[in-house]
Amino acid sequence: MGEMKVLQPGLFSSIQDYGRFGNMEFGVPASGVMDRYAARTANLMLRNDANHAVLEITMMGPKLEFTAVTKIVISGAYLSPKLNNEEVENNTILEVAKGDILSFGRRIIGCRAYLAISGGFTTEEILGSKSWYDGISKHEKLQKAMAISYKEDLATKIKTNAILKFDEDYLKTDKVEVYEGAEFKFLSETQKEHLRNAIFSIDQNNNRMAIQLQEQLQNDLKPIITGPVVPGTVQLTPSGKLIVLMRDCQTTGGYPRVLQLSDKGIGTIAQKLTNEKVKFCFKKSL
Amino acid sequence: MSRDLPQISPLGDNAILVQFEQIISEKLLDKVLFYRNLIQQLYVEQKVEVINTYNSILINYFVAIEDVYSDVKAIKEVFQQHNNTKILESSVFEIPVCYDLEFGIDLELIAKEKNLQISEIISLHTQPEYRVYFMGFLPGFLYLGGLDKKLQISRKSQPRMKIEKGAVGIGENQTGIYPKVSPGGWQIIGNCPINFFNKNTQIPAQISAGDYIKFKSIDRTEYDCVKQQVEQGKFQLNKQKRNG
Repeated sequence: MGEMKVLQPGLFSSIQDYGRFGNMEFGVPASGVMDRYAARTANLMLRNDANHAVLEITMMGPKLEFTAVTKIVISGAYLSPKLNNEEVENNTILEVAKGDILSFGRRIIGCRAYLAISGGFTTEEILGSKSWYDGISKHEKLQKAMAISYKEDLATKIKTNAILKFDEDYLKTDKVEVYEGAEFKFLSETQKEHLRNAIFSIDQNNNRMAIQLQEQLQNDLKPIITGPVVPGTVQLTPSGKLIVLMRDCQTTGGYPRVLQLSDKGIGTIAQKLTNEKVKFCFKKSL
Repeated sequence: MSRDLPQISPLGDNAILVQFEQIISEKLLDKVLFYRNLIQQLYVEQKVEVINTYNSILINYFVAIEDVYSDVKAIKEVFQQHNNTKILESSVFEIPVCYDLEFGIDLELIAKEKNLQISEIISLHTQPEYRVYFMGFLPGFLYLGGLDKKLQISRKSQPRMKIEKGAVGIGENQTGIYPKVSPGGWQIIGNCPINFFNKNTQIPAQISAGDYIKFKSIDRTEYDCVKQQVEQGKFQLNKQKRNG
């Protein structure tokens, strides 16, 4: 067994897979990687399953030491990764030897990077998922001196998955793909036009649970009878705030659901920083 | 004669939402649960979860829906083929609550505002069989219906930062139990020593949507006794079958 030792924790990193599926009926948030595209790409390059557990790294990366031979791929945000102080690339397989140290430097683009490891991290699974979530898993985020387990991988031959190319356009665009939400039809034409055309800025209240937007939308809709919400649901609060629910969101809510982000849209907005701009780009759902 | 179909539409790439009329009623819940179970049967071999709220059914897929047209069509057919909804079997769970002032920190305030004796509040609260509509808000939090109108009281104007695990509260026409420590705005009338959510068991909650609960007033000694049993994993919820 190998361990990834945390020398420095960085800002906020957590183990995530595709989430705690099948527990919504008990009110358990799904959790899981914020940007599935990047996590999947990193995993598939290593010939892992798309939903194998990865380390989700937010803005400022940790400093990690590996205790056994393995291979890793970093994808998503570019946070200037270094292996033993030498700059390395995102989206390529990196061979890691015993004692190697992975660190990160300046953030260049995006908000969240994904570190996938051959075979996936072998940390504890609770209710069908390895995803960390406060109150369900033992840990919420990476802390100094933690050790994250993985299986040693001695295979020397690396079969690169040549077809896999990481398309980083979504890290640069301000266009967030959305569908009309369940209560969109109750909005006035002015409100609808506003959602279609306005540019919104990411509020400082943004985390794995929800991303709030700074600009408000004048609101006269009544609250709804508490109903299901899922990651990507955009709620409109009585004060006119737009809240984009993310992977750690509750399972139900009582605010009108005006928009619904596509999977791609969730990945796009997950990579935005406070004050960055977004524009909703409507897609037909059926 | 054609019947009104509920609204069926995709909610993003991974879910389909079925919406019934905008009301809260036990009759509607029975209908929602009946169709929820039928829809579940469409998906026995797929990684799909089907859950309900007051007036909605959510069909949630693990990965993006491959053919949303055919899945929406299949769900529509369920409604077209089954006209007569049956009421499903359910259970009544007896939930012990200690209403001592030590736990019921807002009891005196409610008594004053509602012009009731504390004993009357307890008796009004333990009288009904509350229907469990669904779980949400926090893992193991039950959305209950059936609170006596005489006990309806507005939320705290300033929510508390910390409400104890097991706290039993009232907010407007709702009553419920906080399954873990959390912030909250409800008026607190007691504490329940049992666990509503256990992440270490395969099925993390015993009570499901459609079941009923009935509160039973216990004194402080019994509270401690139940709490100890719960901690040792020996406590058994008192449960009775209930039909219709």
